[in-house]
Amino acid sequence: MLTLQVRDFKLTYFLLMDHVVIIGNGISGVTTARWVRKLSDKKITIISSESEHFFSRTALMYIYMGHMRYEDTKPYEDWFWKKNRIDLVNDHVNAIDYGNKKLTLKGGTEMSYDRLVLALGSKSNMFGWPGQDLKGVSGLYNLQDLENMEAYSNGLKRAVICGGGLIGIEMAEMFHSRNIPVTMLVREESYWNNVLPPEESAMISDHIVKNHIDLRLGVNLAEIKDDGTGRAKSVIVKETGEEIECGYVGLTAGVSPNVGWLKESGIEIGRGIKVNENLKTNMTDVYAIGDCAELLNPNEGRRGVEAIWYTGRMMGETAAYNICDKPVSYDPGLWFNSAKFIDIEYQVYGNVPAQMPENMATLFWKHSDNEKSIRINYDMNSNDVLGFNLFGIRYRHEVCEKWILEKTNVETVLQNLGLANFDPEFYKEYEQDIIDIYNKQTGNNLKLKTRRGLSKVLSFLSK
Amino acid sequence: MKSIQNIGLLLFIAALLIFIGMLGLGGNKLTQDLLPGKTEAHKTAISDAASQTGILDQEMGSIDFISKLKSTIAIAQSNQLTATIPEGVGEWDVKIGYWEVDGYVQSTVKSTANGPVHDNPWLFFLMTFGLAILGGLMFILPKFKENPGLKHNGIYHDPLTRGLKFNIRTGILLCTIVAVLVYGFLRLGNAFWPIVTLFIAGAITYFVFIREKSKDNNPQRSASPISTAWLGVISGFVLISFYILLYWKSEYITNWVEMVNPLSNILSGGDASQWFLYSLMYTIILLVMGVRMLSKYQHNRYEQIRTLSVMFFQTTFAFMIPQILSKLNQPSVDLKNMWPLDYSFFFDYRIDDLIKEGNIGLFMLGWGIALFLIGVPLFTYFYGKRWYCSWVCGCGGLAETMGDPFRQLSDKSMRAWKYERYIINGVLVAAVVMTIGVLYTYFTGSYKLGFINTSDLKSWYGFFIGAGFSGIVGTGFYPLMGNRVWCRFGCPLAAYLGLVQKFKSRFRITTNGGQCISCGNCSTYCEMGIDVRSYAQKGQDIVRSSCVGCGICSAVCPRGVLRLENADGDISERAGLLRTIHITEDEVKILNQ
Repeated sequence: MLTLQVRDFKLTYFLLMDHVVIIGNGISGVTTARWVRKLSDKKITIISSESEHFFSRTALMYIYMGHMRYEDTKPYEDWFWKKNRIDLVNDHVNAIDYGNKKLTLKGGTEMSYDRLVLALGSKSNMFGWPGQDLKGVSGLYNLQDLENMEAYSNGLKRAVICGGGLIGIEMAEMFHSRNIPVTMLVREESYWNNVLPPEESAMISDHIVKNHIDLRLGVNLAEIKDDGTGRAKSVIVKETGEEIECGYVGLTAGVSPNVGWLKESGIEIGRGIKVNENLKTNMTDVYAIGDCAELLNPNEGRRGVEAIWYTGRMMGETAAYNICDKPVSYDPGLWFNSAKFIDIEYQVYGNVPAQMPENMATLFWKHSDNEKSIRINYDMNSNDVLGFNLFGIRYRHEVCEKWILEKTNVETVLQNLGLANFDPEFYKEYEQDIIDIYNKQTGNNLKLKTRRGLSKVLSFLSK
Repeated sequence: MKSIQNIGLLLFIAALLIFIGMLGLGGNKLTQDLLPGKTEAHKTAISDAASQTGILDQEMGSIDFISKLKSTIAIAQSNQLTATIPEGVGEWDVKIGYWEVDGYVQSTVKSTANGPVHDNPWLFFLMTFGLAILGGLMFILPKFKENPGLKHNGIYHDPLTRGLKFNIRTGILLCTIVAVLVYGFLRLGNAFWPIVTLFIAGAITYFVFIREKSKDNNPQRSASPISTAWLGVISGFVLISFYILLYWKSEYITNWVEMVNPLSNILSGGDASQWFLYSLMYTIILLVMGVRMLSKYQHNRYEQIRTLSVMFFQTTFAFMIPQILSKLNQPSVDLKNMWPLDYSFFFDYRIDDLIKEGNIGLFMLGWGIALFLIGVPLFTYFYGKRWYCSWVCGCGGLAETMGDPFRQLSDKSMRAWKYERYIINGVLVAAVVMTIGVLYTYFTGSYKLGFINTSDLKSWYGFFIGAGFSGIVGTGFYPLMGNRVWCRFGCPLAAYLGLVQKFKSRFRITTNGGQCISCGNCSTYCEMGIDVRSYAQKGQDIVRSSCVGCGICSAVCPRGVLRLENADGDISERAGLLRTIHITEDEVKILNQ
C-alpha cells in the first residue's frame, strides 16, 4: 500500500513537472540544460538536427587537421545525458506554436513545452555573391560545413577564403595543414584591423604570410565561377578583376543569428531574437540565448549580439536560473576573449579597442621574433588600468580582471605584472621589458617587484 | 628537405629489416669441450644424451640446434631419473634441475654460435644500430627548420598513430593477457598464482562493471569508431615479439647479443647479455626520439628541459654508471631506480651482493631505501610526482620520447579510470606483499608466510608484473593503448607517488578563469587518460594522482588555459569547486528580495 502511494506520488509529480525544451545543443543550450538539472528536477529535452550529442564547435578545425576525432570534441561521454536525465532528440523543429506551447518537428510529431529555450546559434554570412550556392562553397560553422570541406579536399589544388576574422584564419590553417595552397581575400588593409590595434594586426598579417598563405589585403570577392557542373572553379577579385583558380571557396565574412525561419512566427526579432535582461523574449515562457539572442539593453561598451563561446555559456547559466524561478539579470562581466592565429595565441581582457580613444594611453611591447606582444591600456588622467592584449604570451584571467575592476593604478599593475603571467615554467618573463617602455615614456624608474608564481597570486586574489 | 627525410626513413626501415633478418644468420656447432654443466656429473649426463641425439660436431641452423639441444638436455634429465646419488654429494650436483635448463641452453647457444655475426660484430652493429641512428636523425633533424609551434597535423590520419576500434583493441588485449597467464602456468609449472590473478581480474571487472555501474557506460572516447591503425598493429606486434624474445626466449636472439659483445667489453669489461643489449637499445632509442621531442617542442622550454633531463638520466644513471661500476668491480646499480618499481631491490641475492661489497654496498642499500622512504614524499610534496615520472624515470623517459607519437591513444573514458584505480593500487599491494614475503624468508629462512609460498609469489610477480605487464603490455601496447599503459595501470611506484600527490602535495594544474572552450585537445593528448577538459571547463584546479606532469595539456591548449604549478594555498578549495560559475547564490537571493 505504501509503495503504491509512493509510486502514485511520483507519477503525479512527473505529470506536473515542468517540461523545459531547449532547441539547439551548442554550448548555450547545453549549459542551460546542465544548470536546470543542478537547480531543479524539471524534465529537460534538447532538440538538435545538427548532431546527436553536444560537441565543441570551436574544435571543428582540429578534426579536419587530424589533431582529434569527432568523438574527442564531445565534452561529455554519451552516457552523461541519460545519467542526468536530459533527453536528447535528434530532429529538426519546423514550427513553434507559442500560444499552445507546442513544437512541430520535421516528421510531423508534436511536442509540448512549459518553458522553451531558443539556442539556435548562427549561420555564415552570405552577401548575395554570384555563385555562393555552388558546390564546393561553404562557411565554417557547423558539422555539415566540415563534412563539406572534407568531401572536396581530396586532390584539391587551391582553396580561396573570402573574409578575414577568426573563422577565415581557421579555415586557412585547416587547408594549410593538408598542404593545400590557400589564398585569403581580406577586405581590410591589414588582417582583422577592425578589432586588433594596428601593431598586432600587422604582426598577425606577417605570421599568415610566414606560413605561406597567400594573403591579399584590401580586396573583395566579386563572384564565384561555375565549372559547368555546378561546382566552383574560380573566384573573381572585385578590385583587380583577377581570376583565381580554386576547387573550394570558403565564405567567412562573419556570422549572423540563425533566426530567419522564425521571422513570421510573431517573436520579436531585430538582428537576433530580442531578449530582456532576464533573457526572456516577448513570448511567454520563451527564452533566447547564445549567438541567436539580441539583448535589448546591452551593458555599456558591449554589443547586443555577441557570438562568443563564453557569453553563450554565461547566458545558458543565467537562463537556467530564470527558468527555475530564481530571477537574475544577465551580466557578462568584464570583456574577455581568446583565439589562436596559426601558432600565435591571443588573449584579451578589458578594453582594447582597435582605434585608441583620446583619453586612453597604451603601452605596447613586441618581441624581436615578431610573434609575442603585450599591450596594456590605461586611463590617461586617472592612470587606472583598462585592458590587456596578449599575443604569444599567456596572462591570468582572474588577476587581470581584478586589476581592471578595482581600477588599479597602472604603476601598481606594472610593478606586480608577474602575478598575471601564466606562461609555462621556464618560459622567459618579459614583464621588465614592458616596464622599461613605460619608464622611457614617462621618465619614471619603476622596477618589477613580483615575478611569476602561484603562491603570490593566491594571496593577491584572496585579498 | 622532404627527400632527405624519405632517405632517412628508408635507411631506418633497412636497419630494422637487417636487425630482424640477422637472427636467421649463422648456426651452431656443439663440440665436446663446449658441453654445458656446472658439475662433471651434469656434463657426463649431457654428453651421453648428446651421443644419443647426435648433436655433437654437427653444424646446424640456430633454430634446429636449439630444439635439438633442448631435447638433449631433456633426455639427460630423464636418464638421470634412476641415477643413484653418491654419499656426500648433493642431489642437484648429479641431477640437472628444471630451473637450470634455460641457463644451460642460453650459455651453450652463445658459446657455440658461429657465422657472419660472430665474425663481424661491428659490421652488423653499424648496419643495424648505426644505420637506424643515421636514418632516424636524417628524418628528425630537418624538423628543426620548421616554424616552431604545435606539430599535430594528421595524427589521426596516420595508420601508425590513429588508433584502433575499441572492440578490436580490447580483443588484442584480452588475448595477450590470457596468453601470458597460460604461458606463465606452463613456464612456472604452478597454477596457483595464475588462477589467483585471473580471480582478481574477474573481481576488478565485477567492481567496475557492476558496483561502479560502468557496464552501460560505453566508452566512446577511448578508441576510434572507424579508423584502424594497421601500421600501429604491426608495430605493436613487433614490440610484443621483441619483449617475448628478450624475457623468455633469449636463446633465439644470440646474434643480437653477439653483435654488441665488443661494445660491452669496452664499456664494462665483460661479455654482453641480453640485458646489455636491451639497455643499449633503450638508451639509443630514448636519445634519438628525445631529439625528436626537442625538435617538436622548440617553442616550449618546459618540454625541452624535461626531455633533456630524461635523456641525461637514462644515459648516465641507467646506462653508463652501471657499466663503469661493473668495470670497477663494484655492484652495478641504477642509482635512480627505486623500489617498488625496482621490485627485486630486496631480493636475497641483491642484498647479499651489496652487503658483501662493504661500505659502498651499504651506501647503495641505504641510498635505495632513503630514495623511496624520504625522497618520494619530500620531492613529491614540493613538485608532484612529475619530478620522477617525467623527469627521471627510465620507463617514463621511453614513454615521453619513443611513446610520444602515441600519447593520444590513451583511454579517456570514466570506465578506464575506474579500472586504473583498482589495478594500479592492486599492483602496489601485490608488490608490498611480495616484498614482505621475500624479506620474511630472508630473515627467517622459511618459505611459508600464512598460506603464501613466498618463493612462488616472487617468481610470479617477476613473471607477470615485472615482464608481462611492464614489458609486453606496458610497452608493446604503445601503438594500441597509448604510451603510458604501464605507468598508468601497472607501476607500483607510480601508485605510491600518486597517493602522495593526491593527498599531500603542492602540485596542481591550474586553469585560467573562464578561458576554456572545451575543445578537448588537453584530454586527447593526455597520455594518462585524464579528462583534463572536464576540469578546465569548470575552472577547477586539477589534482589527480595519475598526473605525471608532462605538461603537454598546457602545450596543446589553444587558449592558454592550463599551467603546471606548485603552491600550497587553497588547493582543496580550488580543486573542489565548480569555478566557472557565473552567478552566485548570493546574487540570486538579493534579487529575490
